[in-house]
Amino acid sequence: MASHEEFERSIGDVVAQIGKLKEMASSGGLDVETELKKLESRLAELRAETYANVTPLEQVQIARHQQRPHSLDMIERIFTDFIELHGDRGFRDDPAVVTGWGRLAERSVMVIAQQKGRNTKGNLKRNFAMMHPEGYRKALRMMRQAEKFRRPIISLIDTPAAYPGIGAEERGQSEAIARNLLEMSLIETPILVAVIGEGGSGGALGLSVGDRIIMLEHAIYSVISPEGCASILWKENTEEARSKAAAALKLTAPDLKRLGVIDELIEEPKGGAHTDWDGAAEILSEALQRNLDELRSLPVDQLLQGRYEKFRAMGVWGGGE
Amino acid sequence: MAWFRREKKKIGGQKRDLPPDVWTKCDKCGEILYREKLADNLDVCPECGHHFKIPPDDYAKLLLDNALEEEHDADLHSVDPLEFVGPTPYADRYARAVRQVGRAEAVLTGRGHVDGRAVLFGAMDFRFIGGSMGSVVGEKIARATERAVERQEPLILVSASGGARMMEGVLSLMQMAKTSSALGRLHKAGLPYISILTHPTTGGVTASFAMLGDVIIAEPGALIGFAGPRVIEQTIGQELPDGFQRSEFLLEHGAIDMIVPRPALKDSVSKLLGHMVDGST
Ligand SMILES: [Zn+2]
Repeated sequence: MASHEEFERSIGDVVAQIGKLKEMASSGGLDVETELKKLESRLAELRAETYANVTPLEQVQIARHQQRPHSLDMIERIFTDFIELHGDRGFRDDPAVVTGWGRLAERSVMVIAQQKGRNTKGNLKRNFAMMHPEGYRKALRMMRQAEKFRRPIISLIDTPAAYPGIGAEERGQSEAIARNLLEMSLIETPILVAVIGEGGSGGALGLSVGDRIIMLEHAIYSVISPEGCASILWKENTEEARSKAAAALKLTAPDLKRLGVIDELIEEPKGGAHTDWDGAAEILSEALQRNLDELRSLPVDQLLQGRYEKFRAMGVWGGGE
Repeated sequence: MAWFRREKKKIGGQKRDLPPDVWTKCDKCGEILYREKLADNLDVCPECGHHFKIPPDDYAKLLLDNALEEEHDADLHSVDPLEFVGPTPYADRYARAVRQVGRAEAVLTGRGHVDGRAVLFGAMDFRFIGGSMGSVVGEKIARATERAVERQEPLILVSASGGARMMEGVLSLMQMAKTSSALGRLHKAGLPYISILTHPTTGGVTASFAMLGDVIIAEPGALIGFAGPRVIEQTIGQELPDGFQRSEFLLEHGAIDMIVPRPALKDSVSKLLGHMVDGST
């Protein structure tokens, strides 16, 4: 049974009614078809309405939705011949990031993907997709491998943050992220980044320097979580403060498109990716292929120049020239 | 002994220029210090060696032969790109910082010489909204780096920052990628970059240009890290050990090359540049 957030409670009610009706039909042989059809069209309407008018804070909740497809759900549906590779060759394998070869429409690509768990056990293993330095170093190792074999890199982003802990600091979390930013700007093969869930600050950016940044409609990308921003600026972590912070931070896909931080917003199936994993994967797959085809056609020096200029142009200021 | 002469008048107004402020108490050992003496000692406590925060102009004087000979991009200023609505409007907070600090942003950049060798130089100002990096700081650092490549001169950056400028949202995050990409070009050009970390350097600045020096030097006792200590304590639910994320801890863990007390900074930088730039002659 799908769990539902507060703002989609009415959707949850209709889903429950449909479930009940189906149960009655199967046990009692009742003819519920007309009623079922009515409810299903009501559900589609409700979903369209609800997701067309979400507030920024609700957007954050959708991006973090319990039932949202995570990286491995996408990988399973999009790539063939996926073979996972492990470890940074230095300290350990970081399960918060999955890396390996896969085929996208028959052609080999290196996949780097932040992986959340779906339950407590999964999250314990995946550390809620919060990477340690060795995760960034593992990813860099795989990107170098892709470069060696002249294969493109696809980076799937879904993390609340880089892990803030003792071991992470001891092993140089900041250096690991910084190193990736620098190295990714120089890697001589196409890098395509897709933000599929949460783009949590430096933790996300550490895998996000690429030639194209595409983003699912209900994903977010932010310098800080609304919770963090609320407690720092509003000095309280109330719903109201979080809501204001989420709005002020401009972290939704349409905002990011407007700010020139992402290249493409990918529309999700109506009702959000969490209601239709196959549909979401199909849409993402199409966008990945299309963008990769364009990037593959560019000579390496042009690719790197474009990547440099892309990030070089980010930011808004006054004065000068 | 005076390491350099202080100008009598400064724009803005640092604490030490305020008339009644003759004495100050050391944050670390509690010793009451005569401000003028402390200044003569480069704001290092003569009793315990504690390094007080100093503004970027002081670093320019400390590290460069004739301070900053030309300042670059001094007029770049923030324009509140998100029209950030917070408890205090960003525009107000920004205007207050400009008034208090007497400069348009949290970093000073320009060109000068270290023992006769021309360098591009930048130093951050922690007083300016916690030395946070927004569009302007990122742009100034990137321009300084590109100028270094153009002129084939080394780059020296002195960091002090609480991280990204939240009020510029994801645009501030992107400055990490921008500055690091620019340093990628400097690296390709084979030019030296010496990064000097001062108290405190955390967040997005640490996770970008600050940790990318060919050589990373820290002042003694500086707090340097990715996450702030409070965030870590909240996450792991326990108190952090003494000395965690301090310069000495980073040196021990292999994260930085050396710890150099302020009075010896210039000498170390000069020696390094000697090896990196003209060591073969
Ligand atoms: Zn002292």
